[in-house]
Amino acid sequence: MLNNPTINSTISLPKTEFDTLLAALRELGYQTIGPRVRDESIIYTHIEKLSDLPQGYTSKQGPATFRLVKSNHRRYFDVIPGAQSWKQFLFPPRTHLFTVEKVERWDIQPNAEKPPRYAFIGVRGCELAAIEIQDRAFLRADFHDPVYRARREGLFILAVNCLHPAGTCFCASMGTGPKVQGGYDLCLTELEDTFLIEIGSELGRDVISRCQYEPASGFLQSAAAKGLERAAGDMGRHLSLDDLPSLLTDNLELEHWDEVGKRCLSCANCTQVCPTCFCWDATDHTDLLAHSTRRERVWDSCFNPQYSYVFGGNTRPTIKSRYRQWLTHKLGAWKEQYDTFGCTGCGRCITWCPVGIDLTEEIAALRKEAQA
Amino acid sequence: MTALPHTAVNPDQLLYPYWAEITQIKPETEGVGSIWLRFEDPAIRESYRFLPGQFNMLYLPGYGEAAISISSDPQDTKGMVGHTIRFVGNVTKAISRLKAGDVIGLRGPFGSAWPMDEIEGRDVVIASGGIGLAPLRPAIYHILHNRQKYGKVLLIYGARTPKDLLYPYEYEQWRAGGIDVQITVDRADETWDGQVGVVPMLFYRFRLDHQKSVVLTCGPEIMIRFVIYEGLARRIPAERIYVSLERNMKCGQGSCGHCQIGPYFICKDGPVFRFDALEKFFNVEEY
Repeated sequence: MLNNPTINSTISLPKTEFDTLLAALRELGYQTIGPRVRDESIIYTHIEKLSDLPQGYTSKQGPATFRLVKSNHRRYFDVIPGAQSWKQFLFPPRTHLFTVEKVERWDIQPNAEKPPRYAFIGVRGCELAAIEIQDRAFLRADFHDPVYRARREGLFILAVNCLHPAGTCFCASMGTGPKVQGGYDLCLTELEDTFLIEIGSELGRDVISRCQYEPASGFLQSAAAKGLERAAGDMGRHLSLDDLPSLLTDNLELEHWDEVGKRCLSCANCTQVCPTCFCWDATDHTDLLAHSTRRERVWDSCFNPQYSYVFGGNTRPTIKSRYRQWLTHKLGAWKEQYDTFGCTGCGRCITWCPVGIDLTEEIAALRKEAQA
Repeated sequence: MTALPHTAVNPDQLLYPYWAEITQIKPETEGVGSIWLRFEDPAIRESYRFLPGQFNMLYLPGYGEAAISISSDPQDTKGMVGHTIRFVGNVTKAISRLKAGDVIGLRGPFGSAWPMDEIEGRDVVIASGGIGLAPLRPAIYHILHNRQKYGKVLLIYGARTPKDLLYPYEYEQWRAGGIDVQITVDRADETWDGQVGVVPMLFYRFRLDHQKSVVLTCGPEIMIRFVIYEGLARRIPAERIYVSLERNMKCGQGSCGHCQIGPYFICKDGPVFRFDALEKFFNVEEY
């Protein structure tokens, strides 16, 4: 064992030591959250030990297709995740904000629940980029979302370099992966018998120093680098960014919008699985006497007809107009709003679209029409 | 153009309102009324300021919030804020059933304001329809308080019928204060001997000096569209046409996403926009 791991150094953690790392995080007060097999898919939920992870699985993904495949390998982090993203923990789908009670007058009781402290285990490059994109929406200079901030500030991130991208992945196009780009406490690359771990923060260093780790040999490091290089060439999808965002923002009236509008069901799946979509609604839940009202913040979607409803009508009454809003926001207006695209190339919107609409293909089709 | 508003919002608690008592409900027209609010907290009462064109989120527990523009005088608040509301939705209908002494929640003010300082020295054309006069009334009050700072001021206002005209009891005061108030209705009745026709048509009645004029407009989107055409046709540049837009809003802080149009969050970057910022997509249907 080495005595002093340093920030930005790489060490090797035998897989047998991973449970020590998880235990160390729990000792520090974190709930350890990672990928697990459930209902023939992968969800993010509490994990206790390495064996909770989906060892030996991969996922086969395509438009409207997700299949969990049991393979012969023994690796834990090979499966590209399912519909869930880490968004649900930092920006929960339903948050109790406060309760208003009417006794003599209205009286507000804040939700006094202590925000949870999470350690995310297995955050991929695209997913970490998505968290940083949501940071820009929720932690602006002029507005801090208190719910998001409390969870984000207490967060520990163990990232994972992606060695086996799925069929709907295009993080290489978006520049967010397969190698994690920073912003983590620890970053892991899985090799056959060991995890190669880069230390990204003081907290990460502290956690590693509680484990029995080994030096990372040049051989291991070059094996990891080769794996990542191969992964970058293994993307199932590609998206050219050259003419974005103007391709979208300057071409709001192409015929292809009508075409995709005929296929889209406006079901909002893409926005729910998208790790960057941030729209929300506020709702009141009242007791029968209307004396107590629970105010909640819930996820919303630009595909919901009520989303753009004002008296006198709906600003976006057609599915075409809603799909156009979604795509021109994600890969268009978002850039102007937050100086980044709202897409990380994770491919979830393609995989989980029930009719298999593939934004990389839609952009290609729009481009073809715009250039014609 | 966007003055960063003073915001009576608790930054550590999402959607936390301040409570305000309804001091008066004044019926205006069919389905429209003004409610006057007085903050319960004396400190907020003291510090609350808004700019003409800004709005508040009014909250009735159990029903939710509605974005309502402020229609009272920004200078002469007497600790009270006025909102003219069309009672058409869940929240606003419930508000219409309240009475003086009832308490509701308020967050705000939010959004950008009419560029009252920037347009000093200019001829001002205020073109408005229906309930769209409410967010412009604070601008009218501001002009009346500072009349010498502006050139000619023309208010073109229209409603569907004479009964739907908002604030008719103030027109004479506005005229006396040096504003040329021109009223029109879509459909006249036996009480009406004034002008008949839609708001943009009134542009033909006046010679506007395109070098000096600015246009401030708010109303139904179709009216806004034609007001802009008339303005541009008279060579008033897009940079001197200001529009106030409406969209579904939930947060007022550019966070919930609902009110987006192109790159803008109307609640934060608007509701008042200089038209050149919108030109590119204003005519795109359903955008």
